Amino acid sequence: MRMLSDPLRAWRTLLAPLALACSLAACATPPPASDPDAVAEFKQLNDPLEPANRVAYAINDGLDTAILRPIAVAYNYTTAPGVRARVHNFLDNLGTPVTMVNDMLQGKPRRAGDTLMRLLLNTTLGVGGFFDVAGEWGWPAHDSDLGMTFATWGVPEGPYLMLPLLGPSNPRDAVGMVGDTFLAPTGYLPHGLANTVFSDSKTVISAVDARAAVVDDLDKIKAQALDPYATIRSLSRQHRQSKIDEIGADTSQTPPAAWIVPK
Amino acid sequence: MPNRRTFSLLAGLFVLAPGLILPGNARAAPTDQASSFVATLLKDLSNVVNGSAPVAAQQAALRQIIFERVDIDSVARFCLGRFWRTATPQQQQDYTAVFRNVMVANITGKVGDYKGVSFTVGAAQPREDMVAVSSIVTRPGNAPNKVEWMVSAAGGSPKVIDVIAEGTSLRLTQRGDYSAFLSRNNNDVQALIDAMKKQTAAAN
Repeated sequence: MRMLSDPLRAWRTLLAPLALACSLAACATPPPASDPDAVAEFKQLNDPLEPANRVAYAINDGLDTAILRPIAVAYNYTTAPGVRARVHNFLDNLGTPVTMVNDMLQGKPRRAGDTLMRLLLNTTLGVGGFFDVAGEWGWPAHDSDLGMTFATWGVPEGPYLMLPLLGPSNPRDAVGMVGDTFLAPTGYLPHGLANTVFSDSKTVISAVDARAAVVDDLDKIKAQALDPYATIRSLSRQHRQSKIDEIGADTSQTPPAAWIVPK
Repeated sequence: MPNRRTFSLLAGLFVLAPGLILPGNARAAPTDQASSFVATLLKDLSNVVNGSAPVAAQQAALRQIIFERVDIDSVARFCLGRFWRTATPQQQQDYTAVFRNVMVANITGKVGDYKGVSFTVGAAQPREDMVAVSSIVTRPGNAPNKVEWMVSAAGGSPKVIDVIAEGTSLRLTQRGDYSAFLSRNNNDVQALIDAMKKQTAAAN
């Protein structure tokens, strides 16, 4: 039997910081019952691990300021927008098998079909995924992961979690993130130096690609917020929920738009 | 004797009649009104940021657009949430004044970054007591963003109440920021006002 290189490594990297967070975890003190407004707000914020989450945020923010942001800024500065778009498309294409499995688990055949067409067209005509041919032909990209799949099945997100290195999450999405590594075909490649180099480079390049796209936005958020931790908590949750709502609202027909000839 | 079908036809006409008689704007559905309001707003915004006027003039023009077309006082009240009621009238007044400055500084501060922006107005649909007008905002070198403009005509003329960028509501996020600040500062509205004042002083 072949060993799962990627998934196991992902488990270890995910669990180590979680264990750290739990050992640091001091729970947030709920407000007194005599202040119903404050109690309602505490419940609505759903962040009982706030003290530990704030520690994780401070660590992430320090690492970001010292390492990731400078790399992202340098990347934006030294590469042309076209090059960054090619890199982004390539990474996006590597993720399509996981996206497609999740589309199916969500019971969205049209979205799964879109993803299949994206994989086929972009891998071939898009030269290994560097060009988003499918997007221009009417099969646009969309996000889909196991956390979203759980959400469409009715699994609640649970309390807010700020994962060290990985950022804003919650138990549902954190479990989904680990599960997604098992869905990725690249995780089932045989052990070896080439595979290790490939998957580690992919992780690093993905981080730079994602960070580089939000340099200006994140700078602005951090400069304008009185409490950046709370602002990022609110933004990431809202953004995530809107993606999940989008899946539910997508009732598009099975034949894609490009196949329907206008009368 | 009119049968049922004739009756409902007559009733239908009766209901529709005011719509047929009233001219122009009074007849427009709230969604149409909101839609054309947003289209005009976006056209004016893009004229300002893509124009060749000096930065100071652009900022002044944006400031005027914000004050005219955003219901900024009601946004301010919303962002303070439950603390609006506990604030003194003087604090409410100070807070609203500084909130206006913060919003203007946030929006006009980096006006140069928006150069080359273009907007496409999409569908409008009623949501709660407002109308959501969708749009696609494209900035050069960035992926297109989905932005919804929440418009309310509660005060007579249509005004922007909220902007929802990629699913994130501006006023909800702002309220979360303020309430987190307040809960870490003994729920003291004065501390919030002072921090906001410091923020605008730093921006200028």
